[in-house]
Amino acid sequence: MVDKIVIENLNLQYADGTESLRDISLNIPANAISVLFGPAGGGKSSLLRCLNRLNDLTEVQTVAGRILLDGEDILDPQTDVIALRRKVGMVFARPVVLPLTIRGNLTYGLELAGEKRKSRLDEAAERGLKLAALWDEVRDRLDDPAIALSGGQQQRLCLARVLANQPEVILMDEPTSGLDPISTGKVEAALQELKKDYTILLVPHSVQQAARTADFAAFFLQGELVEAAEGKELFTHPKQKRTEDYVEGRFG
Amino acid sequence: MAQKKLNWQEFFIPRLIKASGYSAILFVALIFFFLLREGLPALTEVKLGDLFAVRWYPIESHFGILPLITGSLIVTLGAMLIAIPFGIGTAVFMSEIAPRWLREILKPLVELLGGLPSVVLGFLGILVLSPYLRVFLDLPTGLTALAGALLLGGIAVPTIVSIAEDALDAVPYSYREGAWAMGATRWQTIWRVTLPAARSGVLTAIMLGVGRTIGETMAVMMVTGNAPVLAIALTSLFHPVRTMTATIAAEMGEVANGSVHYHVLFFIGLVLFLISLVVNVTASSVVFKSKKRAERVLS
Ligand SMILES: Nc1ncnc2c1ncn2[C@@H]1O[C@H](COP(=O)(O)OP(=O)(O)OP(=O)(O)O)[C@@H](O)[C@H]1O
Ligand SMILES: [Mg+2]
Repeated sequence: MVDKIVIENLNLQYADGTESLRDISLNIPANAISVLFGPAGGGKSSLLRCLNRLNDLTEVQTVAGRILLDGEDILDPQTDVIALRRKVGMVFARPVVLPLTIRGNLTYGLELAGEKRKSRLDEAAERGLKLAALWDEVRDRLDDPAIALSGGQQQRLCLARVLANQPEVILMDEPTSGLDPISTGKVEAALQELKKDYTILLVPHSVQQAARTADFAAFFLQGELVEAAEGKELFTHPKQKRTEDYVEGRFG
Repeated sequence: MAQKKLNWQEFFIPRLIKASGYSAILFVALIFFFLLREGLPALTEVKLGDLFAVRWYPIESHFGILPLITGSLIVTLGAMLIAIPFGIGTAVFMSEIAPRWLREILKPLVELLGGLPSVVLGFLGILVLSPYLRVFLDLPTGLTALAGALLLGGIAVPTIVSIAEDALDAVPYSYREGAWAMGATRWQTIWRVTLPAARSGVLTAIMLGVGRTIGETMAVMMVTGNAPVLAIALTSLFHPVRTMTATIAAEMGEVANGSVHYHVLFFIGLVLFLISLVVNVTASSVVFKSKKRAERVLS
């Protein structure tokens, strides 16, 4: 398996002194779903936000270590952050639907990048919607306000919007935490298709979801990486006692 | 006993609140009625053509109010041209760009500025602003529409900043993060996400700013030179003008009760009242429309 992302000795400390990641070293395989899981406050979101440098905009005191994306250190101050964020897309826990039409939401990222040709924009919108398994539900009402969609559809719209940007890596922070089981199933099914072409990092909202979706899994506890392994392996034969306890629901 | 007391409160307090609510409407209605009663006779006493003429010289019974209306408009327009970009720019700086400590200094400072009595600003206008304008632009006098516009712009800025900043601040952080994560630059996020999302609050800020400028009297009277000449050319900015508010304030004290002049002054008041009514109604209908949209976004 090729490693898309290599994290070496990553440390992260927020301005208020919270040490939310301690000496994390982790390899993320390409074309697979990697699941980062663990109890609240473990540092999963913090890690995701390092991967697209979204932490630049919050009050962070120190980020040390290296994060190599295709061999290039993205923590390097020289990195073009805007280009990085197009390459590494992110879907949040609560769908952030912009006050535009469905089409407007989809083409937003490309328009920001300066794309003006309508054919290109429409093409990207359609591709994103198809990949996110939303095309059939909205194809006839692309010009309606996006806010009229249901919560589950909105979340898939956010996924479609990221995909329209043609990223290489997709970060998802509890993308299904607000969704019903059927919508959740649709998102998970879409991910199974998408992993053929993309590298996916998913913070699941439950251990069950972690076990269901993981090709590769990493267990985080209070800023530490306890254990990382192939999904089946980690959920059936965890090496660490703490992982086993958490997976079997004995704490957390 | 306690039960009785409670009933008594339940009976009176809502009625009191209702009464004070209705009294606000009543007062506006009474003011309007009073203005109509004192102002409308002007229409019978002065021919319509003479009223909307260009010569204001009450001593010789010339009651043309056009110079006063254009005077108010040019000063207000000028003030808004200055205050809107500057005010919104400052609000964006404070809420989106400035570090937190700077913002915590700026915010109370702006509110303090907003509370300065306009006479004080008028003083500054006379002593500093207009002499400077006179020398710098090489004008016969610095007491011009431009001085009024600059000063009024300055007066409107704190109102606009403070309300627009609150509106920007209320935009959920997740909107900004969403845009950044899509690869938007900081500026694109402000221009295409944060400002549109705060649109209704920003519009309110602008409208309150307009209201403040058009109704302002003291400072304008002190710096505009008060010459009732028609102000419709761009160069009018560099000449003295006289606004409606300044005219009423200056002449109402020495006019004979019930005279034609008296009625015309009230008629001017009526015009002012209607202008601010139109501004407010437009503003609230625009705000109402975009608020409905914003509510749908947030639900
Ligand atoms: N902006 C911030 N400033 C200060 N501390 C923060 C900030 N964001 C997160 N933290 C702290 O960093 C630690 C890790 O937080 P993080 O959000 O990464 O956890 P998480 O694993 O995503 O948890 P959850 O499952 O609740 O989402 C927590 O102790 C949290 O309080
Ligand atoms: Mg989190």
